Order: sequence, then C-alpha cells, then structure tokens
Amino acid sequence: MSSSSKDESMSEMEEQENQKKENGVLDYIMSLESVPTKLPPHLELLRTRVLCNNDAPQHTDTIQYSGAYAALGVDNSLRLDNFSQNFKVEVKRLTDDDMEFDMIGIDPSLANAFRRILIAEVPTMAIERVYIANNTSLIQDEVLSHRLGLIPISADPRLFEYPDNAGDDRNEKNTIVFKLHVGCRKGQPRITVRSNELKWLPNGSELIAEDAKPSASSKPKTFTSFACSQESVPEISSNPIGPKYSDIILAKLGPGQEIELEAHAIKGIGRTHAKWSPVATAWYRMLPEVVLLENIEDELADELKEKCPVGVFDIEDIGKGRRRATVARPRDCTLCRECIRGGKDWEDRISLRRVKDHFIFTIESTGALPPEVLFTEAVKILEDKCERVITELS
Amino acid sequence: MEHGSHSDQSKSTFSLADEDHTFANSIRFTLNQDPRVTFCGYSIPHPSDNRVNIRVQTTGDPAREVLKDACQDMMLICQHVRGTFDKAVSDFKKSNTMESDDSE
Repeated sequence: MSSSSKDESMSEMEEQENQKKENGVLDYIMSLESVPTKLPPHLELLRTRVLCNNDAPQHTDTIQYSGAYAALGVDNSLRLDNFSQNFKVEVKRLTDDDMEFDMIGIDPSLANAFRRILIAEVPTMAIERVYIANNTSLIQDEVLSHRLGLIPISADPRLFEYPDNAGDDRNEKNTIVFKLHVGCRKGQPRITVRSNELKWLPNGSELIAEDAKPSASSKPKTFTSFACSQESVPEISSNPIGPKYSDIILAKLGPGQEIELEAHAIKGIGRTHAKWSPVATAWYRMLPEVVLLENIEDELADELKEKCPVGVFDIEDIGKGRRRATVARPRDCTLCRECIRGGKDWEDRISLRRVKDHFIFTIESTGALPPEVLFTEAVKILEDKCERVITELS
Repeated sequence: MEHGSHSDQSKSTFSLADEDHTFANSIRFTLNQDPRVTFCGYSIPHPSDNRVNIRVQTTGDPAREVLKDACQDMMLICQHVRGTFDKAVSDFKKSNTMESDDSE
C-alpha cells in the first residue's frame, strides 16, 4: 500500500515537474496550498475602497507598488492577462451628444489621463482668422471674432491637417471658410444675427488679397489657395460642414448697420485655446457603495429613508409587521453624508464607501464628433504618446 | 533625454519634453506594476515649462529598458481598453435597436 502510494506520489511529482516546465515556475508556486493569493479581508477593504467618513475620506490613495504586500507574500503587480480578464466596460446611456459608461478594473491614473486628453488634446476645427470687410454694428471687431471662434463646427477633424506654422498656405486640406454678410436696412426693426447666417464656402476664400501683384493669371489671388472644391471629398459632401447649432446669437443689428466678414477655421487642440475642446466637459466619479453595518428596523428605517435626498434606501417588510431598511439604488448616492449626520450612532450603522477601480464616466460632446468616437480618439492619442517616448528612448 | 551614469545603468532620470501629468502619472502606474522596479516617481520642475522628469530605479535591469517595457505595456493596455470599449458600444447599439424594433 505504502509503495503504491509512493508510486502515485512519484507520478504526481513527475506530472507536476512537467507542468512546471510547461506553465512556468510561478504558476507552480502559486498552486501550492500555503501561498496566499489574496489579502485578508480587512486589508482588501483598505486596498479597494475609499472610506468616506463624516470628516474626511480615508485610504484615498491607490496602492500601486508591486511589492507593497511583499511582507505578507501577496503579489500586488498587475500582469497584463489579469488586467485583460478583469477589465469591463458597460455603456449605460448613449445619445448623439453625450454618453455615460462604466469602466471597471482600471486605475485612476489612466482614467484621469483619458479625461485630460478628452478635454485638452483631441483636435477639432474652430474659427481662428476673421477677415472683416465691414462692421458697423455695436459689437466690436475683436468681441465678434471671439464669439465666432467659440461656435462649435460640425466638421470631422480627422479629414483635415494641421496648418503649417509659419506658412500662410491655407488650402482645402487645412482650412474651412465661412462667410457672414448681414445687414439691417433703414426702417426695418432690429434683427438678431444667429449662427445660421454663417455660410460655408467650399471653394475657398472670395476676398481678394490686396498686396498681390496683378499677375497675368485670370483669377485674382485670394487669402486661400484651394486646389479643388471641398465638396469633392465624399465624406464631406455626405455631411455638409456648418455650425452645429443654428440658433447661437452672434450679434444684434439696428437699422443701417451691417456686418460683412470671412472666417477661416483651422485644426487645433484644447490646450492652445478652449475653443478647440471637443467636449462641453468630460468627467468621472467612482462608484459609491453604501453598506448597512447592522440591521436597521422599524422607526429607524423610516427615519433613514426620509433622510436621504436622492432616495438610496428602501423599506422592505420582513413579516410580523416589522420593516427593515435596504440599499436600493447605491449608484444614485451623491455622498452628501446626510445619512451619517446626527451623532455617532448613525456613523456606526452605515458605511459610505467608494470603489477605487470602478469609474462612471460621462462625456458631453459639443458636436464635432460623437462621444464614443471621442473616447476612442483619446485612447489613440495616449498610445501615440507612448510610441513617441519609445522612439525617443531607442 | 536620460540623466544617469554609465557605470550603473539601473538608476536614471528621464527628462521628457512636451509632456505633463497626463502621460507621466499613467506611466508611473505602469512602472510601479513591474516587479523589477524598486522606485519610480515623476516631478514637474516648473509649471510654465512643458517638461517632466521621471525617475526609475530597478533591481538590476537597465532603467531605459524597463521604461521602454512599461511604455509597451501601456500601449497594450490602451489597445485592450479601446477594443473592449468598441465592443461594449456596438453591443449597446445593437440591443437598443432591437428594443426599438420590438416596441414598434
């Protein structure tokens, strides 16, 4: 008997040796019984949750260092396959203008990087140069130009290039030209100039550059040199370019006043000027978690349900006429801390926490690109940054 | 640009131009996850200059290689994020169009 069991254990050891060679030493070690793979529950709570107490939040830092729990024998490093298995995205709401989605299993530094890139580094088209031929309105030239720059333009910035820095070479690949010519005749009541008066000129500028030499060519030289009409590009002709919202008030004209100008839009990023930011804003919050530390019944349950302004708690019947409070909608919690106000007993009954790696992202687009495309572009920009650093280091 | 010593390749400071907290904090996270790294951190010498200093100290591997590996890892993370996000969006759109067809 003992010899056969020894044989079995010998064959097991052989199998394990083969496994060791196949899967690697690490997997073999992790499969042994005494090696801890997870932290004890109280440490896991501190590692993955922010405790929002009455006075201040605790344990807000993410413990990133791979050897942080080396004394306990637990590996804190995030290997790529672990990340790929645990990472999830759930889209909660998606319209043409905004979206809300959950990212689970990602670190706050990456979520913040995406947020910063969305606000400041995803390019858009916005009006940069305004050639004013005539402005007899009450709005000063520079104020009118500033307002024109802030108008969101529904043009896909991926179809355009950045303009050359020094050159005045404005061609159809890097400029969009708009024209605004409004006047209020004498005797007419006051009119409001809205953004639908901005007309797109697909063939380029029509204002003649005065310093050009009168050359022999038939066409006079304008401020842009379009080789072909922008309408010939199929993506543009299917989605015509123009201001995204047609009811933005630009100026108001009284009788006898006139505005005649030409506006050129170029590609830029939000870091240079906020007019080039593609999002109204983009923000994230961590998922709130509300935990009842003890059973809250009867009058206390009613009191708790009354306290919460957004209705996180609900009452359930547990028979014999008794009621108990439950957490129905923790996601709506705004962390106003009303439920733990009113003395230390309430603080002992409820624990308000936030999950450190679950982010509820909201993106509101101004209209140039739909919000899901904006997020994909932001991730691509972060990849480009990594690539640039890699090439710099090699 | 790397500031280190020729004799000890495992510790050096990398000075990156045209970068800020966006990239530096994410690369600091990826570097921390690598078991070969004993210390990593970043600082911005002056907020007006668009420059960030990343310090990497390792257990023996050259710091430059470890930073390159961290950048590769981050690229893989980003690609995975993008793929998962695109799939989630297309699933959501499909389930929404199915619902609207049902309701009609």
